[in-house]
Amino acid sequence: MKNALTSSHHSFRRRTFLKALTGVASAALLLVASGAQAADPIKLGLVAALSGQSARSGEALTRGATIAIEEINAKGGVLGRKLELVRRDDESNPAKGLIAARELIQREKVAALIGGLDTPVALAIVPFVNGAKVPYVVPWAAGTKITQNGAPENYVFRVSAMDDEVDKAIVQYARKNFDTKKPGLILVNNPWGESNEHGFKAALKAAGIEPAGIEKFEGNDVDVVPQLTRLKAAGADTLFLVGNVGPGSQVVKSLDRMSWMPPIVSHWGVAGGRFTELAGPSAKNVIFVQTYSFFGDLPPVGKKVLSALEKKYSDIKGPADITPAVGVANAYDTVMVIAAAITKAGKTDGTALRDAFYNIENVEGLIKTYNKPFTKTNHDALSHEDYIWTHFDGDHILPVANKK
Amino acid sequence: MSLLPAILTGLALGSMYGLLALGFHVTYAVSGTVNFSQGSSMTLGAVAGYYFLVLWGWPSALGIPAVLLICALYGLIIERYAVRPFVARGSENWLMATVAVGIIIDNLMLFVFGKEPRGFPSSLAVKPIQIVEGAGVYPLQLVIPVVGLLLATALHLFTRRTRHGVAMLAVVQNPGAAKLMGIDVGRTIAISYAASAVLAGIAALLIAPLFNVASDMGTLFGIKAFAAAIIGGLGSAWGVMLAGLCLGLIEVFATTYLGSVYTQIITFASVIVILVVMPHGLLGRAGVKKV
Repeated sequence: MKNALTSSHHSFRRRTFLKALTGVASAALLLVASGAQAADPIKLGLVAALSGQSARSGEALTRGATIAIEEINAKGGVLGRKLELVRRDDESNPAKGLIAARELIQREKVAALIGGLDTPVALAIVPFVNGAKVPYVVPWAAGTKITQNGAPENYVFRVSAMDDEVDKAIVQYARKNFDTKKPGLILVNNPWGESNEHGFKAALKAAGIEPAGIEKFEGNDVDVVPQLTRLKAAGADTLFLVGNVGPGSQVVKSLDRMSWMPPIVSHWGVAGGRFTELAGPSAKNVIFVQTYSFFGDLPPVGKKVLSALEKKYSDIKGPADITPAVGVANAYDTVMVIAAAITKAGKTDGTALRDAFYNIENVEGLIKTYNKPFTKTNHDALSHEDYIWTHFDGDHILPVANKK
Repeated sequence: MSLLPAILTGLALGSMYGLLALGFHVTYAVSGTVNFSQGSSMTLGAVAGYYFLVLWGWPSALGIPAVLLICALYGLIIERYAVRPFVARGSENWLMATVAVGIIIDNLMLFVFGKEPRGFPSSLAVKPIQIVEGAGVYPLQLVIPVVGLLLATALHLFTRRTRHGVAMLAVVQNPGAAKLMGIDVGRTIAISYAASAVLAGIAALLIAPLFNVASDMGTLFGIKAFAAAIIGGLGSAWGVMLAGLCLGLIEVFATTYLGSVYTQIITFASVIVILVVMPHGLLGRAGVKKV
């Protein structure tokens, strides 16, 4: 009995001691932790296709973002912390993209998410980031609904082309350069084609012109002659094309067979690479929209990024090796914009950061200088005025002004 | 589009379906079974052709036989592992097995070849011939129907006029009796599968220059070729070829006169209508197979 009491007494004292010890230890730990946090890098997540058909584009995004991050870190980082890129592969699969986004935000605690090569992948991620209240900046996918997603609290921004704006730009360009009065629309039969059909209808209505016709074709159609013949018969004077490299090349080859050579103004799907190999010599007739080209007389930012790319990546020996250029340029500008927002916000809290996007000033990017690029109602940094027009010369994408 | 160009385009397209569909006919005529993933055999042929002829630059005299040999081997493998074991057990599971092999092949091609489509240049698909104004075709588009009709004729003559051909017919009518008469049933069926895959290989080499080589190029083609085979009546080489042409014409006419939105709807609705009116296909005979 006595023994028992003594022992309980002892154990009581030991417990108090242990408690005190734990207290001291955890205080020490907290100190260490907060110390570590100050030096911890700010993580930016990148979700893109890093394998499969779009791997090259995913690599372009990686390179653009990496060059921007290294440039910022060389100047001491943001808020005294370095930036760090954490990449995940979405394999162009919406479900995998969503899982990757969730993992990056919940486990890696990224301050902002970059990503979305494919519109369906981006659309799958949108509701999640809006719920998680983490800014998500899309450097590629052009689907209008990505940024105009109808959420009351919208955390989705874009530094890229957007279908509605591209369609508007195509109509304006064709009218100005080809005096287009009756365009024929030839669109791939999928949601992307659908999205542009809406965009074109609105843009044409605003311009007060009627299309000669709207024709759809399957991604693996061999022969588009019947559709094109319908457009020709309806008096089309210009073709507006929406489709990726494979389908786009079928349109060009079919036109060759018909020996019909109308001007073709296209969305950027054909820029995916190897268009000339697939479509043959007439590929050069297709004029398409881009956000940036490293060719020509570059402004200082362009020169700086080009030389940084050449220094870092041994396979880049000149502008022709930066493919697709839009991926590199959009991702570079995206990181610059995010860094500016973090600086403005003074912290990485999601909502504060989102609100800081509305106050970005004088960020020098490749595509343009971003001065208040976003407002509460406009989450797209680029508009039709920021696009450039290009065509293929062999394997190279050159601005149309350089046309030989 | 005036009538003539539409007909020309339709015939060129339809003969591609017919050519691929002949592969269904060959095995069905002998064994009552088909390789459902004929489209994948075509992809295999096109990818092999891309490697041999385009990438490695082998001369045609070497490259084309090599492609066809690979296809033949593939046909033998399909028969041995995806059809024979199930037929021996009297099960219809070869149906699913051939679909499964097709999916495996598609994914293997995706793995080997990548997702990005590649060009398959051919001297027969560079300069179009203008037969009528606005209806140019590549010479290759005229070669395809010729090859298709020649092959259909050859198959027809082979089964009706030669000893081996008659042996094949005997096999399908009564395998047991054929065996007793000294016909090697197993070998005949195996050869028919090899022939079927070779036909897919020929189709692949002819179609690839008009199209692009891609890991999924055979999928839609395979489905349309199967539709052609069914409409034509699986048992008749002529019927299959004819049905392919009809399918191509229907497709082009639907697109030309109604618009591309209706193409697939009209095409496949026509398939159903034809089968309702002619349950055994255009040239198929009733009661060939008693179940």
